[in-house]
Amino acid sequence: MPSKSSDTRPGASWGLKLAAFGTLLFLHFPMWIIFLYTFTPDETTYTFPLPGFTTKWFGVALQRADLWRSLTLSLQVATVATIAALILGTFAAAAVYRSNFFGRESISFLLLLPIALPGIVTGIALRTAIGGLDIPFSFWTIVIGHATFCVVVVYNNVLARFRRTNATMIEASMDLGANSFQTFRYVVLPNIATALLAGGMLAFALSFDEVIVTTFTAGQQTTLPIWIFSQLSRPRDRPVTNVVATIVILITFLPIFIAQKISAGSSETEGETK
Amino acid sequence: MMNNPSTPAIQFDKVSRYFGEVKAVDHVDLEIIDGEFFSMLGPSGSGKTTCLRMIAGFDRPTSGKIHLYGQDVSSLPPYERDVNTVFQDYALFPHMNVEANIAYGLMVKNVARQERTKHVDEMLELVRLSGFAGRKPSQLSGGQRQRVALARALINHPKVLLLDEPLGALDLKLRQQMQIELKAIQKRVGITFIFVTHDQEEAITMSDRIAVFNQGKIEQIGSPSDIYERPASSFVAGFVGTSNLVGGEIAKRTTGSEQTFSIRPEKIHIGSVSDNPASGMISLDGVIRDVVYLGLFTRYLIEIEDGVDLVVVEQNLKSTSMDVLSAKGQKVKLSWHQDHISRVGG
Amino acid sequence: MLNRISTYFYQRPKLVLALFLTPPMLYMLVVYLGSLFSLLINSFYSIDDFTGMIVREFTMRTYAQIFNIANREIVFRTAAMALVVTIVDALIAFPLAYYIAKFASPRLRTWLLIAVTVPLWSSYLVRVYAWKLILAKEGILSWFIHLFNLTDALDWLLGLPGIGGSSLSLSPIGMFIVFVYIWLPYMIIPIQTALERVPGSLLEASSDLGARPSQTFRTVILPLAFPGVVAGSIFTFSLTLGDFIIPLTLGNSKFFIGQAVYSYQGTGGNVPLAAAMTMGPVVIMVLYLLIARRLGAFDAI
Repeated sequence: MPSKSSDTRPGASWGLKLAAFGTLLFLHFPMWIIFLYTFTPDETTYTFPLPGFTTKWFGVALQRADLWRSLTLSLQVATVATIAALILGTFAAAAVYRSNFFGRESISFLLLLPIALPGIVTGIALRTAIGGLDIPFSFWTIVIGHATFCVVVVYNNVLARFRRTNATMIEASMDLGANSFQTFRYVVLPNIATALLAGGMLAFALSFDEVIVTTFTAGQQTTLPIWIFSQLSRPRDRPVTNVVATIVILITFLPIFIAQKISAGSSETEGETK
Repeated sequence: MMNNPSTPAIQFDKVSRYFGEVKAVDHVDLEIIDGEFFSMLGPSGSGKTTCLRMIAGFDRPTSGKIHLYGQDVSSLPPYERDVNTVFQDYALFPHMNVEANIAYGLMVKNVARQERTKHVDEMLELVRLSGFAGRKPSQLSGGQRQRVALARALINHPKVLLLDEPLGALDLKLRQQMQIELKAIQKRVGITFIFVTHDQEEAITMSDRIAVFNQGKIEQIGSPSDIYERPASSFVAGFVGTSNLVGGEIAKRTTGSEQTFSIRPEKIHIGSVSDNPASGMISLDGVIRDVVYLGLFTRYLIEIEDGVDLVVVEQNLKSTSMDVLSAKGQKVKLSWHQDHISRVGG
Repeated sequence: MLNRISTYFYQRPKLVLALFLTPPMLYMLVVYLGSLFSLLINSFYSIDDFTGMIVREFTMRTYAQIFNIANREIVFRTAAMALVVTIVDALIAFPLAYYIAKFASPRLRTWLLIAVTVPLWSSYLVRVYAWKLILAKEGILSWFIHLFNLTDALDWLLGLPGIGGSSLSLSPIGMFIVFVYIWLPYMIIPIQTALERVPGSLLEASSDLGARPSQTFRTVILPLAFPGVVAGSIFTFSLTLGDFIIPLTLGNSKFFIGQAVYSYQGTGGNVPLAAAMTMGPVVIMVLYLLIARRLGAFDAI
């Protein structure tokens, strides 16, 4: 941990600082552009500088029933997929943490696979399985697809927290008369709660704007990302798309930010105690 | 339930614990008497901590039985044993304040809140931490955490309290203070204490009886003075305090038997070569090879034969550093009472 | 009662392990690996040219189709793009990762990490969309290019055969910029993690032994950062390989693997061909992962 060496660490050269902060700017400015364009009165092109200023598109977007349906579907899918990921990911993390059995590396590998392989592989694989088994496309086919890659997010967060948790605390709890269930409720859960929160929020954000796998598992249903995707290749409602994109950023930003703050915070306090 | 005074608090019946090939505990028989302060002393890896963990229920014997006041508890989980533990790292719950930590055992047993608060207050008083109830463990010093851990364990009125090197993390001053306090608390609550330590001085200061562990076996069980004055093996003689081990030809000449014996450095008297040994005294001639002045006392290294040195310690009652340092190279006569030797076999 | 149940499980740690492990493993094995398996099976089926129905008989015919010239070009084009994107991402990511790991104060470090990870998790689709706005002919980038009188240079660039196009938003150059942008955080984090693990004392030791800063950088920092680069490249390479959104949004008529798979199974209805085509990225990625594990990249993820 670099905590103490910070006083003596050398200053970065101007070139490095410039490159570093230039890269940060590169990472962030496209999102500001979207905010900017939500106020354009221009319906047919992406003219810059904006030919004027208007806020009417927010109202127009609010009136669109198709958008509301897509938004609701996406929120529902993300909620259910997150719950599934929380349960499965926590179970896997608990199993891997509890014991030293032979297959723990393979489990990490298997869980990582859905995000290490291109999304299209997961998507088309699920598509062939759904087709082969003659399962009709539904809400649940989308959820099942999303859960495959959300599990690993929860798993990683919870496992990392388990590893930072003092194992004797669990022994102490049982020693003081608490059975396994009480120990889970009073000692384990409070300790992993923020990790669950962080993992769950990332899983939610991941599911909420997933498009590649969803394309193959949604059938005729339109999630919000699928709606945006249809606008990408054939733009019909440019101004409304701008508003939707902004809404997606806003909905996902908070959970992501909170999750990152939680994990950054917990690794910071760990640095202090060591 | 009243305990029959003759029933041992803890009884080990040929208990073994193997981790793969490693015999952490190897056929240990042990009885711990109700109400005593019992120490398990030994180097790290000697099996003392494994024994403690098996009594607590964190670990189960590979073979053999453990009895707690006559009841076989070998396979009971920790929460079904009337035993509580003070952990080496205290293992306080970081998300709970001092009060919630201490009340934990009562809470999981569904004791009413009012009752809990009353007991917590008593415990805080016992460990002299009244007024700290609202603090978080992170706001306490090492010594204070230690007391909270103690109070948290004692509030359940366990039949046996286990202490796993609880003083290891404290500095010397605080450690000596806590030794006295722990002993006082044990007298007050009257609970059997089992204390695991690798610090022989700590064990001797506090215990009624000590078991010395080595390589998964118990080398000797006895009172501190037994262990110190009558070590049963060369390991015990070496591990507990400093000791001179004498064997072979010299042993035969002085005691009439080749069996190795141990003699403590402070039991040896340094006299002049012309002294005549009194009856019951064993004497040997030697040359002072080295002198280390240590303030309170002086340590001499005396060669009694080629390659055989004895360590002797004398208090600096009258002598000054000038006197003792000039003794180097002098011929002397060493003597000790024959009752002060201890046969250690071999 | 609960005590009894608890004790029952306490005395059977292996049963508890099995209970924890079964739901996630069942899910991953049945749903995920099962699907991958069905993908594999499908790649050995073929499609009846007349009826357009899937013929469920083992054949290598579909695989043979992959090796026709058009498909070979698609695979080559995609792999080349993935490679270039990976290299450029590593070059851009390094300074920022290096700065975060070795120069930023702990407080600043936390904020910088959040600034890098928020784009990583936030909507991929929206971020692609943002570039459609930026790269549009009448958009902000063109405006700047006009402002600095670089229009001729841009026209020359777009006129280049193979990578040019009618405008930035409809050319391989545009796609390349967006790929680099989208996957950049995936490269920064692993490099930063790897550099973070280089102890400061090692750098001091190196300079103590007489190495100039540039030598220390070349001989100590770069080799130690390498596993991080490899770990990052798993993502940049794999994600580029399978992506179809960016080519569909910003590309021209020349297909990429993901796009081809998407259209084979979608409009073409040829699931076997789509399945066989996906096996390309799968094989490439499995090989890549195996090599990456050799190079110690998994510790940096």
